[in-house]
Amino acid sequence: MNAENRPILEVKGLKTHFHTKRGVSRAVDGIDFTLRKGETLGIVGESGCGKSMTSLSILRLIPSPPGKIAGGQILFKGKDLVSLSEDEMRKIRGNEISMIFQEPMTSLNPVIPVGEQIAEALRLHQKMSKKEARDKAVEMLKLVGIPSPEKRAKQEPFQLSGGMRQRVMIAMALACTPEVLIADEPTTALDVTIQAQILELIKDLQTKLGMGVIMITHDLGVVAETCDTVAVMYAGNIVEHAPTNKIFSDPRHPYTQGLIASLPKIHEDQDELKTIEGSVPSPYNMPLGCRFASRCPFKQPICHERQPELAAQPDGVKVRCWMYTSQWTEFQQQEAVK
Amino acid sequence: MQAQAEKKLLLQVENLKQYFPVKSDSLFKPKSYVKAVDDVSFHLFEGETLSIVGESGCGKSTTGRAILRLDEPTDGKVYYSGQNILDLNKKEMRKLRGDLQVIFQDPFASLNPRQTVKQILNEAMAIQEVVPKPKRMERMLELLGYVGLPPEALDRYPHEFSGGQRQRIGIARALAVNPKLIICDEAVSALDVSIQAQILNLLKKLQNQFQLTFLFISHDLSVVRHISDRVMVMYLGKVVEIAEKKALFDSPLHPYTKALLSSIPVPDPELKRERVILKGDVPSPINPPSGCRFHTRCPFATEKCNNEEPALRKLGENHFVSCHYADELAK
Amino acid sequence: MLMFILRRLMQTIPVVIGVTFVVFIIMQLVPGDPAVLLAGEGASKDTIEAIREQLGLNRPLYVQYFDYLMNVFRGDFGVSLKNSQPVLEEILVRLPITMELAFFSIIITIVLGMAAGIISAVKPYSLTDTTVMIVALLGISLPSFWFGLMMMYFFSVKLQILPVAGWESILHVILPALTLGAGGAAIVARMTRSSMLEVIRQDYIRTARAKGLRERVIVYKHALRNALIPVITVVGLQFGALLGGTVLVESIFAINGLGRMIVDSIRMRDLPMVQGGVLVASLVFVIVNLCVDVLYRFFNKRIELN
Repeated sequence: MNAENRPILEVKGLKTHFHTKRGVSRAVDGIDFTLRKGETLGIVGESGCGKSMTSLSILRLIPSPPGKIAGGQILFKGKDLVSLSEDEMRKIRGNEISMIFQEPMTSLNPVIPVGEQIAEALRLHQKMSKKEARDKAVEMLKLVGIPSPEKRAKQEPFQLSGGMRQRVMIAMALACTPEVLIADEPTTALDVTIQAQILELIKDLQTKLGMGVIMITHDLGVVAETCDTVAVMYAGNIVEHAPTNKIFSDPRHPYTQGLIASLPKIHEDQDELKTIEGSVPSPYNMPLGCRFASRCPFKQPICHERQPELAAQPDGVKVRCWMYTSQWTEFQQQEAVK
Repeated sequence: MQAQAEKKLLLQVENLKQYFPVKSDSLFKPKSYVKAVDDVSFHLFEGETLSIVGESGCGKSTTGRAILRLDEPTDGKVYYSGQNILDLNKKEMRKLRGDLQVIFQDPFASLNPRQTVKQILNEAMAIQEVVPKPKRMERMLELLGYVGLPPEALDRYPHEFSGGQRQRIGIARALAVNPKLIICDEAVSALDVSIQAQILNLLKKLQNQFQLTFLFISHDLSVVRHISDRVMVMYLGKVVEIAEKKALFDSPLHPYTKALLSSIPVPDPELKRERVILKGDVPSPINPPSGCRFHTRCPFATEKCNNEEPALRKLGENHFVSCHYADELAK
Repeated sequence: MLMFILRRLMQTIPVVIGVTFVVFIIMQLVPGDPAVLLAGEGASKDTIEAIREQLGLNRPLYVQYFDYLMNVFRGDFGVSLKNSQPVLEEILVRLPITMELAFFSIIITIVLGMAAGIISAVKPYSLTDTTVMIVALLGISLPSFWFGLMMMYFFSVKLQILPVAGWESILHVILPALTLGAGGAAIVARMTRSSMLEVIRQDYIRTARAKGLRERVIVYKHALRNALIPVITVVGLQFGALLGGTVLVESIFAINGLGRMIVDSIRMRDLPMVQGGVLVASLVFVIVNLCVDVLYRFFNKRIELN
């Protein structure tokens, strides 16, 4: 690991809770990860696992109230974003850390020309003049592969296709050459052939600009094709964090195993798909022990009693499961005695 | 799949067209149409699953709706057990709806929020008069058993269920009337993978149990591979390729099918493959490109593709493709 | 777009004819005989009959109506029964005064309403928001004649900083315009607030925040432009209500506008005058509505295309 690969973003024990009439929803409940320069980190999980809330927490865009960062640190180049003032935070958003969202159809302002929407950030963060910003916006549109960018810059979003709008979103996010790009389901709303274009574009620009990318997705295919490391989230926790090839070749956590097994395969035929029985616990009422225990095929009494830590294995893979702790054989023996 | 000789034709679609008029802003401009489905023909054997795949705007859902006459098709014929559905009057059609059922993507939107599961199922049976009143309770419990819901579910409302469970209710409702053909319109697209797997398994199980025929409409090729016997690929209202599943996935003939297959991100980082990334967007179906509709994005397009519309032709057993150069490209 | 405007114009014709008809019928149904009123108390039967003959009031109703309608198309609104002046002339004197009043009122409606709505929406459920919304609720509930009289009492009689009545200087405009515009302002405020709150929740506002924009820029540049689309319709409707309101306000503040003219004419059973006044007022209303529709469609073009 050379000097280039120093961490730029470190999330430590992040907790984001929502205080509602029904009680406290612990959407993100103590997660840790590190992002390095030039690295792509995937955060995967099913709906409601807290992956989107994690990304919004990093930019402090959680709707508040009812949401609140209840604990932890988000260290960006050593600065803790959680403790910054709103003014200081604004200087980081769209400048040093940018974000693209899932819905290109609704994420652009319908009444403002797209060129102006890109130029806005440039004038704000780079103190460019109107003209400079406009020129740079056109340049950005060209960079993301939009044909006749001068013409397109003057158009409003409704005149653009879904794929083009997502390109505009990317141009907007990258205009100030951020060091971290958070892509929240950037291709979920797009058709596969367009998805392929957009993923290729993000990869390409990452190499050019050398930023760290956090790719939030529910699609394990997208993860396999774009990410260096993957964090699997379940019910507000990271349950496994490993290099991408290890996640697919040697998944450790029973949830990861179940998730991968339940995918229909494109290159082979299966008679029946594996499924994960049961359902995700309510965020208002999380179990005391491991959150996956009720659905886990390997569960032991300890799993219901205490929550395991996200612990590193000898090969560096991190997993939150009692099975991979030194106590596991003990637990099993105790059970056998009973 | 059944042996060749036993195959019985259940549904035959001939030259189906579905044009929607576009509001014109000027008095003098000729009226234009979205040609959502433009001259589509295919057939469906009893007990098989035929999938229609394609990107948004290709006409796959419109085809499904047209067969059910949810939108009245512009032109064409749809034979069901030898009878043209489009000629039936309202009463006859209503009777036939017992045979043809549909499951939609969003089960929440297609279930009345003010009805309990019991009322939903009861209504379905009452309309088709498939089960005499005294036996309906028994039948409802049976249906819940088939789709894996507990008997208590009967007295609950759709909002009390999760997405996967709602889809099970939708399936139970479809089954209630003893259908022969079920059109699944993006039936699992909104579900998380682990839930999606449960529903796909359920659909397969029910198909075997009741000899159902599925017309499975989806944009997700992995799901399609899992559930189908045959696959039909559509692009801008046209059929570009129909083949048995294995042939289509292992040796696709149309350049669009190839590009589509290679665009899917595969959850296997070890897999290295040649990628075809298509340039540009899908053109508007209001003024589709001349000749082969795919020629604007096709890496192999020639002058001929621009001028001449390719016909769907047979290349190999049960393998049909509409490309001028399919045989040359296959080599 | 041109097609749309043309079509909308065509639709206004039956509306205008309908209005003349309705006004005509109502005036016939109202008890009281204009001839008797004109002749004055104690006039002989013959005098009344002569006046009736002279004004054509003894002809069948439908003849009177069609006669009137044809004249209107020629630009002849008839003559006043009271002073034999051409109706159109009188209207042309009165109309600008009313339009002036309506103009200032609608400005108050828009400026006051939108400002209050935005202030409320920026900090929803705060003390400011609650206060503004309670005031707005009062604004909708209070009858304008009462509100007008109270303001007159307070500012003109007690404080003596504004004139009581009349229509001479800009100072004379303030109270009537405020009276007339207040109700509309309250409605616009509530509409702006709910529309803003709706827009603030949209994905593109989140995008704007993610860009690092200041809250002020987000509110005025990104949210307001979108939030105003439904407000335009409300303002258009308010303009109609406002024209109706001029009748009351002009009477309270003794302004010689169109509204007061209509009221006086009704009192006098001056049929041609009432018809002319109402016809012109409804014409104005129809034109305003047309403008609003066109504006709305222009702003909404993108939404429709989606």
